[in-house]
Amino acid sequence: MQPQIATRWPLFDSIFHNDLVFQDWEENYSHTYLYFLNWLDLQFITSPQSSDVVRAGVRTAILGSIWTISIAILFAFPIGVGAAIYLEEYAEENTINRIIQTNINNLAGVPSIIYGMLGLTIFVRALEQITSGAMFGYGDPSTANGRTVLSAGLTLGILILPLLIINSQEAIKAVPNSLRFASLGLGATQWQTIWHHVLPGALPGILTGTILSISRAIGETAPMVVVGASTFITVDPDNAFSKFTTLPIQIYQWTARPQEEFRSLAAAAIIVLLFMLLSMNASAVILRNRFSRRK
Amino acid sequence: MPENKQVEITNAQQQIAIEALGLNIHYGDFLAVNNIDLKIIKNKVTAIIGPSGCGKSTVLRAFNRMNDLVAAARVSGEILYQDINIYDPEIDPVEVRRKIGMVFQKPNPFPKSIYENVAWGARINGFSGNMDELVEESLQHAALWDEVKDKLDQSGLSLSGGQQQRLCIARTIAIKPDIILMDEPASALDPIATLRIEELIRSLSKDYTIIIVTHNMQQAARASDFTAFFSVDENRSGYLVEYGITDSLFTNPQEQITEDYITGRFG
Repeated sequence: MQPQIATRWPLFDSIFHNDLVFQDWEENYSHTYLYFLNWLDLQFITSPQSSDVVRAGVRTAILGSIWTISIAILFAFPIGVGAAIYLEEYAEENTINRIIQTNINNLAGVPSIIYGMLGLTIFVRALEQITSGAMFGYGDPSTANGRTVLSAGLTLGILILPLLIINSQEAIKAVPNSLRFASLGLGATQWQTIWHHVLPGALPGILTGTILSISRAIGETAPMVVVGASTFITVDPDNAFSKFTTLPIQIYQWTARPQEEFRSLAAAAIIVLLFMLLSMNASAVILRNRFSRRK
Repeated sequence: MPENKQVEITNAQQQIAIEALGLNIHYGDFLAVNNIDLKIIKNKVTAIIGPSGCGKSTVLRAFNRMNDLVAAARVSGEILYQDINIYDPEIDPVEVRRKIGMVFQKPNPFPKSIYENVAWGARINGFSGNMDELVEESLQHAALWDEVKDKLDQSGLSLSGGQQQRLCIARTIAIKPDIILMDEPASALDPIATLRIEELIRSLSKDYTIIIVTHNMQQAARASDFTAFFSVDENRSGYLVEYGITDSLFTNPQEQITEDYITGRFG
């Protein structure tokens, strides 16, 4: 016989009004066992999504988040830093470049749902053959469409691109001109100057900007909804053409459920999300400090 | 400039290292330097002096095309180095700067080790010999070796201002240029460090042609063989007033304006 849940008490009451919980249990449910469950445990992190609230976990969502963010960074970092180098070191002061600069600044402020629609149109629909993996023989033939990790990653990549460019530009600007002159005065080419002096000098700033962008991307929910994150999926993403969900989507989905205990699950997932964010930011700070100390 | 003032320089039977011919430099529409003719003698120290804004640093930077880095600067006229006009469109400014090195007003070592500061320029220029030897030789030439030989792996920024400037000179020597341009190399240093730089300039002139811009007339008198005096005309454009052997320019200036400047009546 499966154990049945007779009733449950909120977290707040079980911590601060412990005596009332016991009193209630003794008066009304004395024929049952009383358990104090810890939502956030190793089992929660390592289990896939499930409709059983006790067995449900966030592994699928964490992996989905990691996959999308990795693709976003792989896509946006080279383009973003490259664009920043071009704009700061090569671009001449003219109307076209001023328009580009203004547009980048504006794009950084565009609501993320707009990027979601862009991702839906371009990556999910127009480039479906590529993003679904059909072209490469990958993917799930039953549901083959562009709603994959790849589409979501590229959408997030475009979303953080303006932020990355602006942050990298600021970092490159902060490298003193005297360093450039010193290098060029020794007969270095412009690229040698950039590669050996400007980029190492700007790297801590670029890394900080990248981490800030990741933090922004990892919490994005709206574009993921539009691009088509699955709301219920129990299979881990294992390649770029997998269906996926991400942590914020998972949290959103759990809070939307009618059963009250899923809200506790959502709360636990929020703590996981926060922990991921904070530990990434911390590692960025450590990385940055190490770089600046090496000078 | 009247012809007779060029005479004593060309009569000296010296080789010319680099020569400016009808050099004009504009910043946007503003003519900063007007029609300069200047012959720089090989293996000698030539000082360029003059009041602020007379374009002496601008002329110096023209000699290794550092003005290219200033977007608004435009150079016309010729600078002949080994019979080639370095402003010829065919000429790569990077090649020019490998032959004509530069030391800046403010010491600007790279945020790298002392060793790397010296070795980097040589390495990117394709130096394939013994790097340790080159670094030691360059630092010795720059009179810095004894002070840093035990801490070559420390940051170049950990040195004092005077040491940093000598490190910058060492890294310029390491690429074995023909000509070294120095833009007020001692103006950010204290008197003792300044003196050491001047001694260094004197000893380097055995192997290199040196052009030094300074606003310190004593420095020009102490450290240079030839002196060019620049001034500003009524349009605020810089021009060459007088050029000659340093001793005679300071003791027997040909132009009233030169005399006024070196005796401190203006500038």
